[in-house]
Amino acid sequence: MIEQDRAGAAFLVLVVAVAIAAPVLNQFVPASSPFHLSTYSLTLIGKYMCYAMLALAVDLIWGYAGILSLGHAAFFALGGYAMGMYLMRQIGPRGVYGDPILPDFMVFLNWQKLPWFWVGFNHFWFALIVIAAVPAALALVFGWFAFRSRVTGVYFSIMTQALSYALMLAFFRNDMGFGGNNGFTDFKDILGFDLHADRTRVVLVVVTAAALAASYLACRAIVASRAGRLFRAIRDAESRARFLGYRVESYKLWVFVFSASLAGIAGALYVPQVGIINPSEFAPINSIEAVIWVAVGGRGTLFGAAMGAVLVNYAKTYFTGALPELWLYALGALFVLVTLFLPRGLVGLGARRRRAVHGAAAPVIWALGSHVGVSLGSKLK
Amino acid sequence: MIRPPHLPSPDKILTLDDLTVSFDGFKALDGLTLSVDRGELRCIIGPNGAGKTTMMDVVTGKTRPDHGSAWFAQDVDLLALSEPEIAQAGIGRKFQKPTVFESLTVFENLELAIWGDKSFWKDLVARLTRAERQHIDDILDVIGLTAERAALAGTLAHGQKQWLEIGMLLMQEPELLLVDEPVAGMTPQETARTAELLLSLAAEHSLIVVEHDMDFVRSIARRVTVLHEGRVLADGNMDQVQNDPRVVEVYLGA
Ligand SMILES: Nc1ncnc2c1ncn2[C@@H]1O[C@H](COP(=O)(O)OP(=O)(O)OP(=O)(O)O)[C@@H](O)[C@H]1O
Ligand SMILES: [Mg+2]
Repeated sequence: MIEQDRAGAAFLVLVVAVAIAAPVLNQFVPASSPFHLSTYSLTLIGKYMCYAMLALAVDLIWGYAGILSLGHAAFFALGGYAMGMYLMRQIGPRGVYGDPILPDFMVFLNWQKLPWFWVGFNHFWFALIVIAAVPAALALVFGWFAFRSRVTGVYFSIMTQALSYALMLAFFRNDMGFGGNNGFTDFKDILGFDLHADRTRVVLVVVTAAALAASYLACRAIVASRAGRLFRAIRDAESRARFLGYRVESYKLWVFVFSASLAGIAGALYVPQVGIINPSEFAPINSIEAVIWVAVGGRGTLFGAAMGAVLVNYAKTYFTGALPELWLYALGALFVLVTLFLPRGLVGLGARRRRAVHGAAAPVIWALGSHVGVSLGSKLK
Repeated sequence: MIRPPHLPSPDKILTLDDLTVSFDGFKALDGLTLSVDRGELRCIIGPNGAGKTTMMDVVTGKTRPDHGSAWFAQDVDLLALSEPEIAQAGIGRKFQKPTVFESLTVFENLELAIWGDKSFWKDLVARLTRAERQHIDDILDVIGLTAERAALAGTLAHGQKQWLEIGMLLMQEPELLLVDEPVAGMTPQETARTAELLLSLAAEHSLIVVEHDMDFVRSIARRVTVLHEGRVLADGNMDQVQNDPRVVEVYLGA
């Protein structure tokens, strides 16, 4: 734990350093200087930090409680959609159709009135609540049924994939009222500040860094508590924990709910920075990717998971620029290599003491394999 | 819930009546009737597959019987409670295969076993009190693992894991301990120490010990129950049981 605390502190210092350096290099260093940070890169950093938060959420439940969710992208997307709804309402009468209330896609669908579930999203505070509450509520209901019926292991993973897939299909539908396959885009302002202004983007990155640091500290506090020790206990010997008098389901449920709302907040920070949210964010492959970041960085370490998210996405940015076709295969190969040779992830490279890591690779490989299969299949057609 | 025809008498800690458990038609327990007195140390023996572990599964809420009743003390209907509720009511269990939390330290294993009200929210902020620390230290001493307190439980020797698990039971402060094959895989010295430990627990606690090691059973047993094919085959003190021709035939003779 001491070793991890030191690395965790280093991680926090890094996040703070980025939060200070990135704005300075973007705002105060002239564009002509080699040290200037372009707004594009600045936003990329913000995006990576959102992924790092998602990785923390996944690692908290998978790395400690042994719950492998292959549906966390769904919580991320729900948080993103809630933020998107606020940003859409901020557009006001500046849409293409100029309707003062209705977003463009509703006018296009000939809707006369704002659906009830859009009411309130003109208030930022309301959106903030929904961002955390909707993923939490979904996790609460889903988790309550799943954990109570003792659904564990691969079955739980498959169910979360199915959940995420079902939500994707639902959000694709125009009549759902979330913009169908186009989702939301063409945002203008956040809290009255122009989203395209460099200053706003700088603030967004700083806020994201603060959220990432706070998330890390919150997760750290949880895993260092007795409840956190119980998560590892459940992972090791669930029935032992039950026979000691622990209501294991309720522990799993609460950490799952917390993790889901963390993912939702990450998604909400992501959307104003990338400027778009659409149903593809629910894609099952996104959830699988998040699990791979965690495995690559180092499961059950928190900071390792966050760093894994940054590194893998840095690689992805490079790869999808150079060889987009091959990314899925590269990701799969990376995951297999890490599982075989670095069971503790990149963090394990520097660790002195070896600890057994529980193999949970099978469902991830299975899920990834099925996606590679589907993408191959669709190419052959 | 249907109460048993006769309410358990006040000196019984456990009353099992006519328990039947079937797995795909195979009866692991077949009308098992058995009761254990308060403060008693009862040994249960019987061939492999006799239903000993299944009986413990029923008592601790892991397996629900098709038929029968199970009462803890006079008024706790075990068949109506979940595993954690049964644990909270005062029944602790050591598994046949030693089961400890391998990625936690010996100390942390005992910490998690502390008796008390357990909830996620409480455990988020729980801190060990001085008295609790002392209690853990005492138990560490009893199970002889003081030197290993900071070691990961996964690194312990087999016999030490058995003791750690017994230590966790003691932390729970149960009234009734179910101990499934405590000396499997132990050296003769370790076995002797375990016998001492269990004997020292009797009286203050009630114990049910399942074991195949006859020397060990003889060293601790006052009363022995022999199970066979999910039923009680014989019952009595060690000599009576050992000289029972039916017992010799199905179990001891081999
Ligand atoms: N979950 C289960 N599903 C199917 N059969 C089971 C199950 N649990 C136990 N059995 C069967 O029930 C019978 C009784 O098993 P049990 O484990 O209670 O025996 P035991 O007396 O503890 O034996 P041992 O001395 O080998 O530990 C065995 O034949 C076993 O195969
Ligand atoms: Mg058994």
